[in-house]
Amino acid sequence: MAEVTLKSVFKSFGSTRVVHGVDVSIADGEFCVLVGPSGCGKSTLLRMIAGLEEIGAGEIAIGGRVVNNIAPKERDIAMVFQNYALYPHMTVHDNMAFSLKLAGEPAEAIRKRVEEAAQILGLMEYLQRYPRQLSGGQRQRVAMGRAIVRKPQVFLFDEPLSNLDAKLRVQMRTEIKALHQRLKTTSIYVTHDQIEAMTMADKIVVMNGGNVEQIGGPLALYDNPANLFVAGFIGSPAMNFLPGRVRRADGAHTVTVGPDVEFPAPPGASIDAGREVIVGVRPEHLRVSDDGVPVEVVVVEPTGADTQIFCKLADNDINAVVRERHEFHPGENIRLKPQLTYIFDPASGARLA
Amino acid sequence: MSGKQQDSIGMAFLDSLPRRWVTLYTPVIVFLIVLLFPFYWMAMTAFKPNEELVSRATNPFWIISPTLAHFEKLLFKTDYPQWMWNTILVSVVSTVISLAASVFAAYAIERLRFRGSKQTGLAIFLAYLVPPSILFIPLAAIVVQLGLFDTRWALILTYPTFLIPFCTWLLMGYFRSIPYELEECALIDGATRWQILVKIILPLAVPGLISAGIFAFTLSWNEFIYALTFVSSSETKTVPVGVVTELVEGDVYHWGSLMAGALLGSLPVAILYSFFVEHYVSGMTGAVKE
Repeated sequence: MAEVTLKSVFKSFGSTRVVHGVDVSIADGEFCVLVGPSGCGKSTLLRMIAGLEEIGAGEIAIGGRVVNNIAPKERDIAMVFQNYALYPHMTVHDNMAFSLKLAGEPAEAIRKRVEEAAQILGLMEYLQRYPRQLSGGQRQRVAMGRAIVRKPQVFLFDEPLSNLDAKLRVQMRTEIKALHQRLKTTSIYVTHDQIEAMTMADKIVVMNGGNVEQIGGPLALYDNPANLFVAGFIGSPAMNFLPGRVRRADGAHTVTVGPDVEFPAPPGASIDAGREVIVGVRPEHLRVSDDGVPVEVVVVEPTGADTQIFCKLADNDINAVVRERHEFHPGENIRLKPQLTYIFDPASGARLA
Repeated sequence: MSGKQQDSIGMAFLDSLPRRWVTLYTPVIVFLIVLLFPFYWMAMTAFKPNEELVSRATNPFWIISPTLAHFEKLLFKTDYPQWMWNTILVSVVSTVISLAASVFAAYAIERLRFRGSKQTGLAIFLAYLVPPSILFIPLAAIVVQLGLFDTRWALILTYPTFLIPFCTWLLMGYFRSIPYELEECALIDGATRWQILVKIILPLAVPGLISAGIFAFTLSWNEFIYALTFVSSSETKTVPVGVVTELVEGDVYHWGSLMAGALLGSLPVAILYSFFVEHYVSGMTGAVKE
């Protein structure tokens, strides 16, 4: 178990810079998720921590020891790959025992630790099978078993669930989280799926284009996104963004989005009147209400638990999720009332209020 | 079969018997005849007594009284057993040397990614394209200067000049199909480069190694030009050279023994192929199955 610190880490491939100075510190026992769209540098960052990629500049420390020039095997880490990377010619047992054998552990100790891991992961009856004889979920468990037998200081996960079908993904997500709660090993998990990030993480690092956009707990990111990118990336369905102009009326701020369409600004906001801004409102923060803004229904998607309504507001799309059941039809005019709004600067994307 | 027909009514017209004769059976039969007739002729001649061989009265495609006389002559009155032994020795040793060298070369080019590895790979392949009928002249000079002329070593050391490029190229393709993550995973698991090669790559590349090995073995077994040029005494000859140089005296062809020698000489390769044919096919088509 160890804390992991990244100090202004840079990386470029040739002349393409992929990671632009990342500072993150991950506490001992924490489950940290690196999340972002593909190509944002999250996997490269993970591979640098693993030692599979050279560190361009900066410093990575695991358990207080700078590992920049230390080989992967000396870093005391274990990694789970997206395609599992199980050795096809070895049985489940041998796959899990491989690293211990290389380390020269006595046979008895290897057997005990492999069985211990197999017990935790429910793999006892598959120990003599080959990877090709296992289902996707079982292979995923073997890959995790191979990581946990070594009792490493840090677990690294590189999109481990993306090769599984939707149902299994949800199940394995819970299993990984339960495993972490049991072992309490520092874990760094890379994914492009913000739901995985939200459900599993103690701490989320949102990355975009090689930069860290925001670091925080799942709910902190949801409640207080630092900028447009994080606001749009975290939360599902994504936040609605509407361009508008700030107006000051009766001591409170509002944002004019269209003729006679006013969104209330968050309380306590102080922004110059007349300034162009982007107002953001989450679909789940819109209520159907007579004193709301007028919109035109385009598509209605009931999911049973709630209903998603895609609407048009002037030229903009706006999307609402409501718990109540409404019989709306395409073309119908309804009114939506925002409960909570965010205001962003259109140029920098920074949050203003 | 009936289920299949129900599934594919749209294509069923292709299954009609006359059409299958035109598209399938006739071409296959023609191919088989063209390919197998030389072997049939070889086997026929090897067992035919000399009188029948030269007689105009008998059916040339059949034997009336088969004989082992040609084999007897071949095995006891010529150095054929020695040629066979030479061929086996030269083929096995040069195949082993070439495979070992090719594994290292292919792995280094494909996975160590050093500067200029692509060019090196290409250069090795270009070396394979130089025809032996040109290369044997400079090679002969080298063989003589090394004092290896008319020894088995002359062949053992020159065969790898065409075997290594070929095997390297074949193995490069095979190594490429082994997922990179396996090696990275092994690296994190604590394996050294050598352990990765021996414990991960080689076991996974067995089909590739087998097809490269069979190819190398066959190429050196059948090699003619170098064997003809670099050895001259009967005790060091290989089967392909020995048969045509010792069993043709001037304008006298000992057809029976010639064919018997060819038949015996092609048996080991045929047996080798039949054992490994499945590995061989999967080796040529590549891809490690996870």
